[in-house]
Amino acid sequence: MTATSGFTPDTAAPPAGQGGAAPRAATAQAPDPAEQRRRDRRSRRYRWDVRWSPYAFVAPFFIFFAAFGLFPLLYTGWASLHQVELTDPTHMEWAGWHNFSRLWEDEFFWKALRNTFTIGVISTVPQLMMALGIAHLLNYRLRASMFFRVAILTPYATSVAAATLVFALLFGRDYGMVNWSLGLVGLDGIDWQNGTWTSQIAVSTIVIWRWTGYNALIYLAAMQAVPNDLYESAALDGASRWKQFLHVTVPSLRPTILFTVVVSTIGATQLFGEPLLFNTAGTATGGADHQYQTLGLYMYEQGWVNLHLGRASAIAWTMFLILLLIAAANALFARRLRKSQ
Amino acid sequence: MSITVSSRRTRDPAAPVRTAPHGGKGRGRAGRQLHGGKITYAVLILFTVGSLFPLVWTAIAASRTNTRLAQTPPPLWFGGNLFNNLDKAWNGAHMGTALLNTTVVAGTVAASTVLFSTIAGFAFAKLRFRFKNILLMLTIGTMMVPPQLSVVPLYMMVAKLEWTDQLQAVIVPTLVSAFGVFFMRQYLSQALPTELIEAARMDGASSLRIIWHVVFPAARPAMAVLGMLTFVQSWNDFFWPFIALTQNGNPTMQVALTGLSRGYTPDQSLIMAGALLGTLPLLIAFVLFGKQIVGGIMQGAVKG
Repeated sequence: MTATSGFTPDTAAPPAGQGGAAPRAATAQAPDPAEQRRRDRRSRRYRWDVRWSPYAFVAPFFIFFAAFGLFPLLYTGWASLHQVELTDPTHMEWAGWHNFSRLWEDEFFWKALRNTFTIGVISTVPQLMMALGIAHLLNYRLRASMFFRVAILTPYATSVAAATLVFALLFGRDYGMVNWSLGLVGLDGIDWQNGTWTSQIAVSTIVIWRWTGYNALIYLAAMQAVPNDLYESAALDGASRWKQFLHVTVPSLRPTILFTVVVSTIGATQLFGEPLLFNTAGTATGGADHQYQTLGLYMYEQGWVNLHLGRASAIAWTMFLILLLIAAANALFARRLRKSQ
Repeated sequence: MSITVSSRRTRDPAAPVRTAPHGGKGRGRAGRQLHGGKITYAVLILFTVGSLFPLVWTAIAASRTNTRLAQTPPPLWFGGNLFNNLDKAWNGAHMGTALLNTTVVAGTVAASTVLFSTIAGFAFAKLRFRFKNILLMLTIGTMMVPPQLSVVPLYMMVAKLEWTDQLQAVIVPTLVSAFGVFFMRQYLSQALPTELIEAARMDGASSLRIIWHVVFPAARPAMAVLGMLTFVQSWNDFFWPFIALTQNGNPTMQVALTGLSRGYTPDQSLIMAGALLGTLPLLIAFVLFGKQIVGGIMQGAVKG
């Protein structure tokens, strides 16, 4: 890496002996035919390298991505038009729209759709608001700030399975820590598993616990990028800390907030492990009355408990359409946001 | 090129200190410059306790017996049954195999994701080729599509290849990641000066040599971050391993944990011991590399 002196660009052709692969026309030198051939070969190899190696570099990613990402995604749509059973997953029989029309009439599908939505709201809204508040606090000059940051991120290191099993125990009806604490302040214990709202709140608590700290760090990063002068001029105008937070911090964070909303929404649509393992009965129904069964869990139940892979594909494809709607709404919203700024 | 996020707080000590008429106790500098008050610490400590308590309680419950967990009040301090439970989980529920399997899976997936993401990210950041923008849009677009939606065809493929219950069933489909490519592209377009690549070309270095001698050294901090994030994610991956490794005998940690909770009379203290075993390696990593992981997530947030 010594060839660029930059001062004498006209003579910067690399010395031939050191491998002059650069595509420069040979400067006027004695035309030695062997030397010329070697140089041609090098320059051909150079051009070939520059032209094709980018494809070689992106190829591994796109080959794997096509085989295990794109193809299965599209094939899900194809499989959703067939009857496929788990007992013989390679045998497909054309079924037209049958899987979809069955879903349309299936009360558990609509219930799962509704649950996915309500659990999504209960878990996402408090989570992001708390994360915003925590990030604001972490943005102060603090002692042990790194300790706080690592500590609030530890739930992120806990797996869905471990976290859910622990919370299922904490939310136990008879011996759970939560009901015991309620008893301490004179409240009756709650049958968390069997109520619609209580079970959905409990499931959402697991999601909130695992992801609040993570989102707080994302907000914190965005807050640190807010220019200082904005706060200074707001302070000069007499804005209180709360006003500064509302009128400087939050507006500056709007793109980040939008980003976290999208990511959390996507996470919420595919919620699976929490409602599966929260159920101490060990079934995939999401409670005796399907009261906290999500779409992800319903897809699993149809495919791997009831053995209807075709119907599971139809559910997956429906989830995909919902995600597309979310993405479209997001794009629309983001454009309006950009215009308003 | 440090991994830790550059803190603006410490960056401008020379900035003129203006004292605003308002803003509490005469400290009128920008919001972030203010010291946290007592309430700030109180709330943060409360939140930290909330974040850590379920983990501590996992350990407490794992150190008790199943009978003790079915009594009121719930135990608030450690008992003496921890090693007994750990031993049972380790030997009785394939937890030993599971730990090894998960390490192999997460290690392979992290290494391959980092490698392929770095070279593809480099191509997207610094090289010119046809269809580059379309391919990049495709990558970004699929970042948001959850792998769960493709699970039926994946299952068919794995069944056809007869990979069910084998580790390659969970390794091979996750060897690359769109997020990783995007992450490395964002990092390299800033951290790697184009002149450096041109200089190497002038020296006659081939693209492969440039990858090895220029790109990898420049990308190292981001590679470390991506590797850690991918490892954590792969370690905790649940849905696909749960489906692909169905039969007993060769589970990952999360699958073994599920199996533990699915007995006819589940032993809660044993389940908690399993949860502890499955979480402990990552917790240790957090204690050791917490600062880097925090920095990585915050860095990814700003650039993503």
